[in-house]
Amino acid sequence: MLTLADLRIGEHGEITGFTDELLSLKLLEMGCLPGTEVILTHHAPFGDPIALKVSGYTLTMRREEAATIQIKRK
Amino acid sequence: MANVTRIALIGNPNAGKSSLFNTLTGLNQKTGNFPGVTMDKLTGIWELEPGRNIEILDLPGIYSIYPKSIDEELVINILGNPQHPDYPDMAIVVADASNLKRNLLLFSQVRDLGIPTVLALNMIDVAENQGYVINSLKLARELNVEVAEINAKKGIGVGGLKLAVIKTLKHRYASNDALPLSVADELIEDVQKQFGEADPYRSLLWLMEHDRMKMFNQEQRESFDHLLEKHQFEPKKYKSAETVKRYEQISEVVERCVINLNRQWDAEPVKTWTDRLDKVFIHSFWGYVIFLAILFIMFQAVFTWATYPMDLIDGGVAQLNDWLKGILPDSPLTGMLTDGLIAGVGGVLIFVPQIAFLFFFISMLEETGYMSRVMFIMDKMMRRFGLNGKSVVPLISGIACAVPAIMSTRSIGSWKDRLITILVTPLMSCSARLPIYTVLIALVVPEKNTLFGVFNLQGVALFGLYLLGFFMALLSAWVLKKILRAKERSYFIMELPTYKGPRFKHVAISIYNSVRAFIFEAGKIIVAISIVLWVFASYGPGDSMAKIEEQVRLKNPSLTGVDLSNKIASEKLENSYAGHFGKLIEPAIKPLGYDWKIGIALITSFAAREVFVGTMSTIYSLGGEVDNENATIKNRMRAEINPDTGKPMYDAALGFSLLIFYAFAMQCMSTLATTYRETKSWKYPLIQFGYMTTLAYLAAFLVYQILS
Repeated sequence: MLTLADLRIGEHGEITGFTDELLSLKLLEMGCLPGTEVILTHHAPFGDPIALKVSGYTLTMRREEAATIQIKRK
Repeated sequence: MANVTRIALIGNPNAGKSSLFNTLTGLNQKTGNFPGVTMDKLTGIWELEPGRNIEILDLPGIYSIYPKSIDEELVINILGNPQHPDYPDMAIVVADASNLKRNLLLFSQVRDLGIPTVLALNMIDVAENQGYVINSLKLARELNVEVAEINAKKGIGVGGLKLAVIKTLKHRYASNDALPLSVADELIEDVQKQFGEADPYRSLLWLMEHDRMKMFNQEQRESFDHLLEKHQFEPKKYKSAETVKRYEQISEVVERCVINLNRQWDAEPVKTWTDRLDKVFIHSFWGYVIFLAILFIMFQAVFTWATYPMDLIDGGVAQLNDWLKGILPDSPLTGMLTDGLIAGVGGVLIFVPQIAFLFFFISMLEETGYMSRVMFIMDKMMRRFGLNGKSVVPLISGIACAVPAIMSTRSIGSWKDRLITILVTPLMSCSARLPIYTVLIALVVPEKNTLFGVFNLQGVALFGLYLLGFFMALLSAWVLKKILRAKERSYFIMELPTYKGPRFKHVAISIYNSVRAFIFEAGKIIVAISIVLWVFASYGPGDSMAKIEEQVRLKNPSLTGVDLSNKIASEKLENSYAGHFGKLIEPAIKPLGYDWKIGIALITSFAAREVFVGTMSTIYSLGGEVDNENATIKNRMRAEINPDTGKPMYDAALGFSLLIFYAFAMQCMSTLATTYRETKSWKYPLIQFGYMTTLAYLAAFLVYQILS
């Protein structure tokens, strides 16, 4: 299963679902909804955390958190 | 203020809430405390109509009414409880128009709680630059509320907002009674039967968040749990489904009210200034270089710029004292005024320039949006030590003062990350340590020498002490991470706001508030301790003090003039109550190189370390050479001779041992009290006190033994 953690800088993806129930509420509230398009824009040093464009703003999260977001490539 | 109309300001972080608050209230602001919590409560007065003033309550920025951290809990505790003393008559939800959907999520939740709400659309210009045109009239009809277009930063649109608020207060629009996502009618009825009538969504909020709401007692919480079980209701599932549903409804509304001028096939979004700056500021290499450079400039600047006003204050206080001693009769009262009170007040005032500079830098970093970038690039490293990217803010604020720093840990969602941050933050060298460092470094580090011919060696020593505190904080965090067990896991999901020019008014208000708090809060303690100390240092048990003068004259018949009175003064100090205390603990601190005079300073500074310099001034002005031209504390300490060796007392070994002791020791009642309030247990302040003091003792012992 492809997750947001698999994206490389500049790549697009579309959110399809979540694997972690606890984190999903926070992610949903921040605008990471199924069907939303995301673009990976930055890595912090050492590749973690990551920054992505979603719903018109920049959101950061750790790689392990990004791995709970399922995506399909656009 | 029972009958004053109160409006709560609600909004996402960075939506422009504080700008609007400052625009509406100007300088009519006051900070207070919410009942039962230590969080700062910011209120202000807004003149809605001529002769009609209303109170504006600024609430912490949130993304949803479902709290994820302690600071977010406050919002549901006020909005969910109509009996709360701060319950508002209505709410203004400030929304960032350039991120409309996410901002409307919070708006729709607040409106459904049954609170009359006005939607204030901010940053419309930003949205239009991105190609979005919002039809706010249509939006108002769709959402069934008053919508006001504002520019909070420039103060445009306040007139329209006033009209919207007046209308809403008059008609008190009812919310839509339907729940965003229906639940069994019996469930809501059960909640209402047991806990009273409320809007359905508020009943549901009680049911789902009862553990975080202070209005319910243990028994009520248990009956909520029974209801959840009886109806097989799962709050987590419901909240997620509700959020998705709300976004669906919001998307439909936005679809109808917003025109997107961007062509669909424009795949790449427009490059903004923020994107360009982020290429550098969060770059894997340059990001760190810039961050370190900013920190270094901050220290060099604070050490060099702040010394000018500090020297003025120091010299001014010494001159004032000499002048007063000259014109006032020589009596105990004069002594108490000059060596007790004024020396104490001087010890407070001397901090002011450095505190002002530090808060200037910290508030600039926060204002511009750079602080979030620091959290982003530091998260990985901090995580290794059991901390969190968000721990960076408390740690940096700890350079100013541990009390607000510990309070700022509330935004850290995970309890373990937060607890470790609280426990290690006081190891960061706070501004109260600065004068101690300044005085001691000046005594033991040569002023003229430079490192590589560029950096002032004293500045380098100071920077080194700050680094030492920081690395000790990391090390302690790492140890605590191994010891403490976590119930929940840590997470780091955070918005990176766009870069903004700093609002200098906010910076000025922040500096003013912190300096004022320092002078009046810390100042009270310092002055009180200075006076008490003066009394204890001037009087002794029985009639021993009275006999001293005679004894000294008998023992040292050759002494005359200044030498004689100095000898008498120091003998008096040694036989005073303070002297006895100092002697009592001398055996314990001898291995660190300290004598009983430093012992007195250690005892007094256990309540507040900033007392050290004041204590030293009091002790040496009572017991040492009082020479008008060399009356500053630095010179008095430099002149002190070690009676055992006959060499200067403050040599490198003692100086560094003291520096290390003060760098690590937990000597601040206010910090311990804050830790108690934030952790709600005496266990953690005790742990904090214990481990830091042990660390300080052992490290100072090692330093003294190695250097001497």
